[in-house]
Amino acid sequence: MDFLNAIILISNFIIVPAITYGSQLALGAIGVTLIYGVLRFANFAYGDLMAFGTMVVILFTWFLQSKGISFGLLPTALLALPIGILFTIVISLFFDKTVFEYYREKKSNPVTFIVVSLGIMFVLNAVVRIIIGPNDINFMDGHKFIIKAREFKQLTGLNEGLAIKSTQVITLITTIITCSVLFYFLNKTKTGKSMRAYSDNEDLALLSGIDPKKIILLTWVIVSILATVAGTLYGLDKSFKPFTYFNNLLPIFAATIVGGIGNPMGAFYGGFLIAFSEIALTYAYKKFFKYLLPESLEPNTLIQFISTDYKFAISFSILVIVLIFRPNGIFKGKVI
Amino acid sequence: MKTFDIKISFSIMGLLIILVGIFQSWGVALSILNLCLISAVMSMGVNIQWGFAGLINFGVMGFLAIGGLATVLVSVPPVFEAWSAGGMGILVSGVFIIAVVFLLFFINKKFNEYKYKNYLIFIIIILSIPLLKLISGPSISKIESINAATSGFLGGMNLPIIFSWFFGALLSASVAFVIGKVCLGLRSDYLAISTLLISGIIISIVKHEEWLSRGVKNVIGLKRPAPYEVDLQSADWFIRLVEFLNTSKLSRIFDITERQDLLSQLVISSSGIFVKLCFALIFLLVVCSLLYLSEKALRSPWGRMMRAIRDNEDAAKAMGKNVVKQHLFIFMLGSAIIGFAGAMLVTYDGLFTPSSYQPLRYTFLIWVMVLLGGTGNNYGAILGAFVVWFIWIQSAPFALYVINLFTSQLDETNAIKLHMINSIPYFRYLMMGLGLLVVMRYRPMGLLPEKVLRK
Repeated sequence: MDFLNAIILISNFIIVPAITYGSQLALGAIGVTLIYGVLRFANFAYGDLMAFGTMVVILFTWFLQSKGISFGLLPTALLALPIGILFTIVISLFFDKTVFEYYREKKSNPVTFIVVSLGIMFVLNAVVRIIIGPNDINFMDGHKFIIKAREFKQLTGLNEGLAIKSTQVITLITTIITCSVLFYFLNKTKTGKSMRAYSDNEDLALLSGIDPKKIILLTWVIVSILATVAGTLYGLDKSFKPFTYFNNLLPIFAATIVGGIGNPMGAFYGGFLIAFSEIALTYAYKKFFKYLLPESLEPNTLIQFISTDYKFAISFSILVIVLIFRPNGIFKGKVI
Repeated sequence: MKTFDIKISFSIMGLLIILVGIFQSWGVALSILNLCLISAVMSMGVNIQWGFAGLINFGVMGFLAIGGLATVLVSVPPVFEAWSAGGMGILVSGVFIIAVVFLLFFINKKFNEYKYKNYLIFIIIILSIPLLKLISGPSISKIESINAATSGFLGGMNLPIIFSWFFGALLSASVAFVIGKVCLGLRSDYLAISTLLISGIIISIVKHEEWLSRGVKNVIGLKRPAPYEVDLQSADWFIRLVEFLNTSKLSRIFDITERQDLLSQLVISSSGIFVKLCFALIFLLVVCSLLYLSEKALRSPWGRMMRAIRDNEDAAKAMGKNVVKQHLFIFMLGSAIIGFAGAMLVTYDGLFTPSSYQPLRYTFLIWVMVLLGGTGNNYGAILGAFVVWFIWIQSAPFALYVINLFTSQLDETNAIKLHMINSIPYFRYLMMGLGLLVVMRYRPMGLLPEKVLRK
């Protein structure tokens, strides 16, 4: 019984939150890695692109709610998601046409790309804050919990409860669907293969008749879908605040590099690695050991590797450690 | 491409600030000037790293925070109670950290051939964190519990705050040494990301180690290198000075009590301006001497070598230049200047608020200054700091004006108009972004491009 309690405790406080957070990071990181693989620069405007997509979703959710339309038990935001994706695609392509294309044709160095992406970051930052304001917005509606902690306790008769929010399940299912479609597309379809070929070796791909314009367009479309989905899922799970989205860019970058920049599968694992270590290393295991150890060995400290204040610092440290020892990331080699 | 003249562009900038003084107020104009000068020091620091050596450092925020921390460590009076309660534990943990760092460097150097070197280093880092917590934990909680509302930290050395500027530079340089050792081998975009993330780590340390910096509880009422307004208002010489400067205004009033009232009003308003003027003089002195030194450095054989390394690293290596060592040195130098500026900023504000450090304002804005002004040109970096800070402050009134112009047809209570007026502070981001994009497209070298020196 104690053993089961310990397992439930860990699932409730580490595994379930980490899977949710990891899925959000993974979706974001795949987007960053795709941009890096195909367009060959680190896009600092990605966090704000996520915020932009989520903002459109929220605005459209409000519109639907005002018309009295809802999605039953599921959040209305899922209905608004396609519109958000559409707007994000439009703005990505707009910035690509007006800004990035010029530097691509000039074959500028990566630093120039980073600098102009900073410019776009400032612009998007302003646009989001001007339209929707800098405050916290909660746009989650529909059914909140799949199972509540108390219900779980009554159901199983255990001491520890397991609460599963519906957003956590939605996040996981959406991530599974998005990633399977994406990896099927990249590995099995002709267009996906040509995209990988282009990222692998640009000149060779051009020689074999791959149209770079089409590849780049497609990349922005995929990236916009991923950014909007990841942003909306994060917003549903926690809440929407432009500043948090900007801050989330940093763990997303960490996940991207840890998994090997330019490698989508690596970015996927990187997201979960970062999420699990952030949550597992800041959790206080006192109660966990209380269940497992005999009374005489019970710990009297929190048994916490590092305090929760340093949650972000953990992902950054993992990144630094990986950069020093394996600069190509854990899953190196293959570029998408 | 046509280049702007240095003298003309700086005169225009000076004129703009004077216009602010005439149309808004002299207090506002002087605070703009002071922050422009501080920003100029920051952008010169970044310019040394990026413009001279091509090192991309997105960790500006972290070094500014270290400089700010230095003001606390130097100028605040020590809290003796806290020292006697937990000082020993803190010192022991400090020794422990230094020992671990030395051990790591030693292993890295001596065990070069050893296959599992990296794993060994990794395990040592992982083990040392809980050990450190074990050593320092009890004393930290003791320190933080002493007068938690007013102090709850170790305090500083109670020295004049000017020293903290140099101490901040020193502290920044030593942190930059460690970061540089770890990161400088990385390619440009990896370096950008990793410095950005490391500055995030620095901020979270400064924010959460309350025994050191009071963290989110902030340190207020720091010392000043300039006189205090209250002292000035009661100082005889200052009242006489104000009287002398406003003779014509005062002589028009014949009633003695009214004249006294006006005089005391003038004394109060001009005391603030006088303090800002003192700050401006000190900052100007710093900027001028830094400018002189870095111009000298740029023209010296060392500056030539740095530019050679930047433009063609392999050729410089072939000529026998130690690129790694020079990169590390210039990274430390630039970071020291940024730390110096961070200490200046906190001194001017008079308070240290770790939670206010955000990458947008303290890293990317400084980068916009350098890129807009002109990379590789010290005058460009200073001009960039002035232009960007001026726009940053003045974009709010400007945006208000534009909004009123376009929505003049709309009702005062129109929802869209009110919403726009509420979001005025964010128009500065829009202007920064658009400004950066336009400059990068049409003047990629900045307003004052680097001058190619040929004899």
